[in-house]
Amino acid sequence: MSVLTLEGVGFDYPGLKVIDKLDLTVAKHELVVCVGPSGCGKSTLLSLLGGHLAPTRGRLDRKGQSRTIYQDGGLFPWLTVRQNIAGGLPHSTPAEARDKKVDEWLEITRLSEFAGTYPHQLSGGMRQRVELSRALAAETDILLLDEPFSALDYQSRRRMRHELVATLAERPRTVVMVTHDIEEAVMIGDRVVVLGSRPTSVRKVLELTGGRSRTPASPGVAEAEQAIMDELGLS
Amino acid sequence: MPSPPEVATAFGEEIASGRLINDIIASLYRVAWGFTAGVLAAVPLGLVIGRSLATRHALLPWINFFRSLSPIAWIPFAIIWFGVGDPPAIFIIFIAVFFQIALATSAAVATVPKIYYRVAEDMGLSDADILFHITLPAIMPQLVTALRVAIGVAWMVVVAAEMIAVRSGLGYLIVDARNGLRMDLVVCGMITIGAIGIGLDILFSRLTKIPSVRWGFDR
Repeated sequence: MSVLTLEGVGFDYPGLKVIDKLDLTVAKHELVVCVGPSGCGKSTLLSLLGGHLAPTRGRLDRKGQSRTIYQDGGLFPWLTVRQNIAGGLPHSTPAEARDKKVDEWLEITRLSEFAGTYPHQLSGGMRQRVELSRALAAETDILLLDEPFSALDYQSRRRMRHELVATLAERPRTVVMVTHDIEEAVMIGDRVVVLGSRPTSVRKVLELTGGRSRTPASPGVAEAEQAIMDELGLS
Repeated sequence: MPSPPEVATAFGEEIASGRLINDIIASLYRVAWGFTAGVLAAVPLGLVIGRSLATRHALLPWINFFRSLSPIAWIPFAIIWFGVGDPPAIFIIFIAVFFQIALATSAAVATVPKIYYRVAEDMGLSDADILFHITLPAIMPQLVTALRVAIGVAWMVVVAAEMIAVRSGLGYLIVDARNGLRMDLVVCGMITIGAIGIGLDILFSRLTKIPSVRWGFDR
């Protein structure tokens, strides 16, 4: 069953065609990673998927609610870690259940001892863990990730990648992630969608096998990476 | 220039007679009313202007026009409209604070990162929730800074207004002392004004220590 369906979707800013004739379907609990040249419209695509923008042309069908995790700065700096995560929960959640859920996510993301701290007092990796907790705690069907790890150093990025994969294994969601990091895309994506330059559309789709915890030595990873580089003209 | 012992003696006389305390209370009373009314009127207007480009384009030139006028220039109108006593002084402080805070609030709102609103949209927050739980807390650090500046201006303006429109307060104390050639009392008034100005700034600077505002100053 497809959770996200885009048929001939186009989006224009005044005087600028950003996306054109984009077709894509994302199945339930699939993790699709979109890569493409800088400025090709990856973030605009996520804004369309998240309902923040409406397509200028074509049809976009979204089954369920979504949450977006941004590269940085998506946390509310005036709220503590606990308050940020709690703020992401549905308003109807009773206070007791809210506290329990927040405690659970603080535990999962190893942030319990930082529950009372403010985002600016945390490292970049910890802030992203809070973002992840807030988005996942909301238990929405769809998770949209806008270059979520690009502001992190290499080690933090790898650790966060593992945490995301492990969390999704326990609590599956439909995920669309955009990234400029080709290695990241082929390590965790079930499918990698290669987008062309503006106005962007899908140029190539690669199916990846062997689970989401791949290493550079995993079968097919090097070939997929090379195929993406070729498609983007980076070879 | 009066000598320090003369000024100290003048201080003693003014405190003993209770006049200095009365003048301080009169000035603070006017500032409290004018400042509070100015902030309460300016913040909502700033929020509207900051969120709506059309309103910003329509009203900002007017705000800048009136902001450029010295509040003291309003004194003749204030006296005609409100007579003498506290109301004209309070009105002048209101004018001094209102345009500054409205402009500062609108500028702060216009720079709130769009990402906060997108997250709020994802969370399904209502317009009222967004106003009270996103926009207002997001602008608090800039608003606190604007309040600190505005209270300093309000304090300067009340002294100037009291020199013309009323017969009490620290401004009147200075004018009255000048008329009586009591320069020791003039200096006494000046020292008091400066000391209270420092006190007000310290008081408002404490707002930056509020945990939910601190993030704007901890960089």
